[in-house]
Order: sequence, then structure tokens, then C-alpha cells
Amino acid sequence: MLWIDCPWCGPRPETEYRYGGEAHIARPDPAATDDAGWADYLFMRTNTKGVHAERWMHRDGCRRWFNVLRHTVSNEVLAVYPMGTPRPETPRLPGDGAEGA
Amino acid sequence: MAEQPVPQSPLASLADALAATGADGVTLAACPARARLNLRLDPEDGGALEAAGAALGGTLPLAPNTATAAADGWSILWLGPNEWLVCGPADDGAARAGALEAALAGTHHAVTDVGAMYTTLTLAGANARTVLMKGCRLDLHPRAFAPGACAQTALARAQVILHQIGAEPVYELTVRNSFAHYLASWLLDAMAEYRPA
Ligand SMILES: [Zn+2]
Repeated sequence: MLWIDCPWCGPRPETEYRYGGEAHIARPDPAATDDAGWADYLFMRTNTKGVHAERWMHRDGCRRWFNVLRHTVSNEVLAVYPMGTPRPETPRLPGDGAEGA
Repeated sequence: MAEQPVPQSPLASLADALAATGADGVTLAACPARARLNLRLDPEDGGALEAAGAALGGTLPLAPNTATAAADGWSILWLGPNEWLVCGPADDGAARAGALEAALAGTHHAVTDVGAMYTTLTLAGANARTVLMKGCRLDLHPRAFAPGACAQTALARAQVILHQIGAEPVYELTVRNSFAHYLASWLLDAMAEYRPA
């Protein structure tokens, strides 16, 4: 069981949240993007082994979205930060992949 | 002429079972119908917070997971950084909504009557906390959750607004109507072990 710090409600168990997939994926302009670019936007994810930026929503609580940095091997939650803000720096951890910088 | 629909609590069919609780250090009861208003406003919006507080005769709580008491039996529960649940006597809801609308005119806000959406249960008694702990993962120890604390969380996988109103302890559980019968049945089952043989 993960415990995630909702930025508003405080620490709550994973089961109160909805997972929202990888964070920081910008939607391209459909008119200016070819099929390959659109497919990349829709389907391709980094599948990180290491520190992963992802979106969570506090479904059973305040119903607000926020971003989390989670280590996909240890499940350690390293940072919680608001939607629309850049990914924070995190220290490189043992076992991080290329995404872990 | 069509018959007038009569509002009925979703807990009506459990009335006898609820009335039989209490000998076991924990009492479950259905609260009478009450007014509930969902209030959204930007606390940074100069004056909106104070205007809403004044209209309710109280103060909107800004600390997460807390509730405050307002005038005339109303209470204000924190739901989020710009969202509150305002609860009070059933016959006073429209007047309070009007007073809030008037006080917040010109600000970015929303006052929504959600009174018909929820049922409120009271769980009280020495064993109430132990019963809740069977289905709620929050830390309900008095040092973490005391009178005046409120939280939106899950109880037995149903979304609830949990509000502690007394030290005995006494909890108010506000739940969607469609979950009320399930949640009350679950609580009655969870309370069964405390029933005297
Ligand atoms: Zn929350």
C-alpha cells in the first residue's frame, strides 16, 4: 500500500486516489502533427525503471489533480507538486534508469 | 390529481435495526433531513472569504480537514482549498443560499444546494472509533482526529464526509443517498460484535 501526501488533505492511502498516468505529456496541435506524431502522443510512454513523474487525483477526498515523483522499483514517493509546474530535481538514486536524473 | 411524492430516507427500511443499537457502547442513528450547500470561492479573492463567513455567522475554515461551527446550528466543513460544505437545519437552506449569493455578488463563486444528495448518519459511543477503524484507513486516534476534525475519505469503500462532533466520540457520516443503505448495513454488521449476548 502506497501512502501519498495529497497537497491539500495530507497523507492518505493509495486506495483513495485515481492514477492518471505519466505527467508532462503536452498535447500537440492536431493540425500541425502527422499520424506518427499523434500516435506518439497517444500511446508512447517512457515506461521508466526509476524515478517516474505521474499524475494522481484524490478521488475520495478533495478530487484535485497533482503530480507525484515515484520510484517505480521501490515505490518511494519522492515529491508531490502542483499540476502545471515543472518536474522538480531529485537526487539520483541507486537503480535509477536514464529518467532518474 | 397526482399524488404528492413524499420524501423518504434511504434508511427507512433499517429504522428498527437502527433503533435497536445503543446497548453495546455504540449507537448508529439516522439524522433528520438537513440543508447542505456546497460553497466554492477563491480565498485569495479580496473579501469573499470574510463576506461568506459573515453571511453564515461564522468563519470558513482554511486549515485542511477541519470544521467550524456557525450561527443558528450551522457548521462549515473544509472540503478543499476553495471548497466547503455548509450544513444546517433543513428549513433554513434556501434562506442561507440566498444570503450567501447576496454576500458574494460580484466575486467568482458558486453556491450549490446539494441537500437532497446526501444522507447523514451519527455514530456515537465508546466503541464508535473501533467500528470506524474496521473500514477507514485514516488515523482516528484522538491526537490525530478530534472534535472539529472532518475528512473526505472512504469508509468500507464508500465515499464519506467524516466529521467528529463530540469527544465521546460522536461522528457524523455524510454519504450519498445511493450508498446510505449499504453503509448503514455495513456499520450494523461491524457493530454486531459489541452487542451484549
Ligand atoms: Zn486531497
